[in-house]
Amino acid sequence: MESLNVYASRLVTKREYFAPGHRACQGCAEALAVRFVAKALGSNCVVASATGCMEIVSSPFPFTNWKVPWIHVAFENAAAVITGAEAATKALIRKGKIADKGTVFLGMGGDGGTSDIGLQALSGAFERRHDFIYICYDNEAYMNTGVQRSSATPFGASTTTSPAGRLKAGQVTWKKNMAEIAVAHEIPYVATACSSYPFDLMRKVEKAARIRGPKYIHILSVCPTGWGIASERAIWIGRQAVETRMFPLYEVENGKYRITYDVPEPRPVEEYLKPQTRFRHVTPELAKQIQDHVNAEWEKLKAKTNL
Amino acid sequence: MAKRIGIENSIAAAEAIRMANVDVVAAYPITPQTHIVEHLAELVADGELDAEFIPVESEHSAMSVCCGSSAAGARTFTCTSAQGLALMNEIVFIAASLRLPIVMILANRSLSGPLSIWNDHTDVMSVRDCGWIQVFVENGQDLFDHVLFAYRVAEDPKVSLPVMINIDGFIGTHVIEAIEYWDEAQVKKYLPEFKPVNVLDPDHPITVGAFAVPGIFSEAKKAQDEALIDSKPHIIKAWKEMEKVIGREYRPVESYHAEGAETVFLTMGTFNETVSIAVDALREKGASVGQVKLRLWRPFPFEELRAALGGAKRIIVIDRAISYGGPGGPVASEIRAALYGEKNMPVITNFLCGFAGRDVTPKDFTAMYEKTLDLAKRGVVREEDYIFYGVRE
Amino acid sequence: MAKTVKSEEELGWKDLEVGCAVSQPGNASQYRVGDWRSNRPIWDFERCVKCGVCYLYCPDAAIHKNAEGYFEADLFYCKGCGICAMECPTRAIKMIEESE
Repeated sequence: MESLNVYASRLVTKREYFAPGHRACQGCAEALAVRFVAKALGSNCVVASATGCMEIVSSPFPFTNWKVPWIHVAFENAAAVITGAEAATKALIRKGKIADKGTVFLGMGGDGGTSDIGLQALSGAFERRHDFIYICYDNEAYMNTGVQRSSATPFGASTTTSPAGRLKAGQVTWKKNMAEIAVAHEIPYVATACSSYPFDLMRKVEKAARIRGPKYIHILSVCPTGWGIASERAIWIGRQAVETRMFPLYEVENGKYRITYDVPEPRPVEEYLKPQTRFRHVTPELAKQIQDHVNAEWEKLKAKTNL
Repeated sequence: MAKRIGIENSIAAAEAIRMANVDVVAAYPITPQTHIVEHLAELVADGELDAEFIPVESEHSAMSVCCGSSAAGARTFTCTSAQGLALMNEIVFIAASLRLPIVMILANRSLSGPLSIWNDHTDVMSVRDCGWIQVFVENGQDLFDHVLFAYRVAEDPKVSLPVMINIDGFIGTHVIEAIEYWDEAQVKKYLPEFKPVNVLDPDHPITVGAFAVPGIFSEAKKAQDEALIDSKPHIIKAWKEMEKVIGREYRPVESYHAEGAETVFLTMGTFNETVSIAVDALREKGASVGQVKLRLWRPFPFEELRAALGGAKRIIVIDRAISYGGPGGPVASEIRAALYGEKNMPVITNFLCGFAGRDVTPKDFTAMYEKTLDLAKRGVVREEDYIFYGVRE
Repeated sequence: MAKTVKSEEELGWKDLEVGCAVSQPGNASQYRVGDWRSNRPIWDFERCVKCGVCYLYCPDAAIHKNAEGYFEADLFYCKGCGICAMECPTRAIKMIEESE
């Protein structure tokens, strides 16, 4: 367990920039992640959100849970919208029309809005070197529309469009590695995080906010509704994801890799898979495939940290 | 009298955007819009225009970047044609619903398929319902003037709507014409600084783009419709103010010998000038013929159109677009709808022509006039819903 | 300035802000999501060490400190997910059924 200093929770700001009263499911660890990010960034930011769970639960007209400037345009363009706001602000400051307040620009989207339909806009925004943070809240499927698979759905998971049936055993492809795609764009900062590790998450967001250029943070966002676990286990299952090495917590600063939460004695992947209904069909053979893959990926990651 | 210089219309348009002192340009290359955007890139690279030039990776991102930019309070410009417009389609609709004062020049080009880089109106007609203010210009001077007009109207706090300027691709964009640039004093007098109605500002946080449940969606649409309808008086005022500054007159509907004419052509874009030549030739032979040029497409100028066309017996509507298996060319459908139920409703004949920039000459328009008169002589009100002119069998 | 309402049905088209913008930040806080819950957390203050972990992990920001510094649920927002009860290091929180 992340060593939670008894007093550490008190050091977090009491202000809520993502106001309570949002309509996320009970136990939504994605909403919790948004809450942490909002605390880490404070009020001096502009947020562009893709269509998805977080956008829907927080903006039912004429109400909003956002206490910072927030814009939603469409599903696949959060990266384009936020970089438009960033470039506009840059121009207005340079032309002396507004003061430079050091505002942080944040684009946010789910796994669907980032690694599938939003990949093009994100890649373009990275390549053009805009000064913004992009956060992917990864709940591993198109949850808002009813748990359909995305390219971030893990191998073997059952979703409504990759259901486990007589012939097929859930998702047939491996999870697309968005963090590595971000690293391939040679941007100054890439990190993975999980709402079960709040201080690691918030530190990474604060760090990203201090760096100039494009930054990417991929947050594993546990979804009790879509994954099939009791709502109270949302934080616990996130810990299993990290402790089984299924979701490593690391950061890449200018190409230099560093694991921020090392797992020297990993738990077997079954401890992560078994408690979730979306994996209940997983046979020992499938679990072995997953274990082998997790082991190989961890070794690859470790090797990169030694470069 | 200001100096007129011979210059390619696209370059002149880019110069007008420079004079408007835009803050952000986000565009993706597509023929025949390219020269406008290339020249803007040059102006920015040379320091003549202080703007962020964002070479986006697709038109969908171009309009998305424009939304973010306009919402952040910057004067924003983009430019596209045909397939680019089709790709950014969903965002075009959203930009209007968010009431963002983006200005876009649309270099009208055929919508695929088959692929065609040449000019017609199939692209703009596919976004009739998008909610933007839409105007059609007919030549280079028209285009230059309308850039300044577009920002003036779009950014007017009583309007706050995006504006689309339609110019025929190649025929309107790539030709060299004699253009009179405005001077700095005229621009300063006509175009105020942009003071956005809604802006993303950490000191005054707002939410833009909330979703609407059925219980409020209709009210949102009504509000948007009323905003577009109510923009008309401000549009007319902006034209009248422009006339005072530069001496050129523009109206929603412009008449060329239409008053008292039995037969009236209705045209848009560069066909205006071609048809005027045909009208002149016919009138010399004693024909009772005139022309109405439709400049303001949205909000549709019902009043002005009925007034201009009301006296005619026959209207020849020229369409450069098609609605397959539909009631006629898009423009003819709208003219018919506008005149439906009017006393002494004129007979409307619809010719579709000029697809993919195919040349339609004054002789062709004369032939259309003669065909229309022949139908009238035979007492035929409607032989075909629309006539696809000049197609080889 | 926008009209303050409890439900969107109170608004006519003329009441809407330009572009349907919302200029009252966080006004969704008036929405009682606490109505959703079927379980409620209760604290045993004998066991509570005031560490704040429950406050931290609540996805709905529905836990606050009371006058004595102990934590309790804000029943207006608490959805009864049970994360606080599961994460509490001293097991000071128990979920009980809403009886009404």
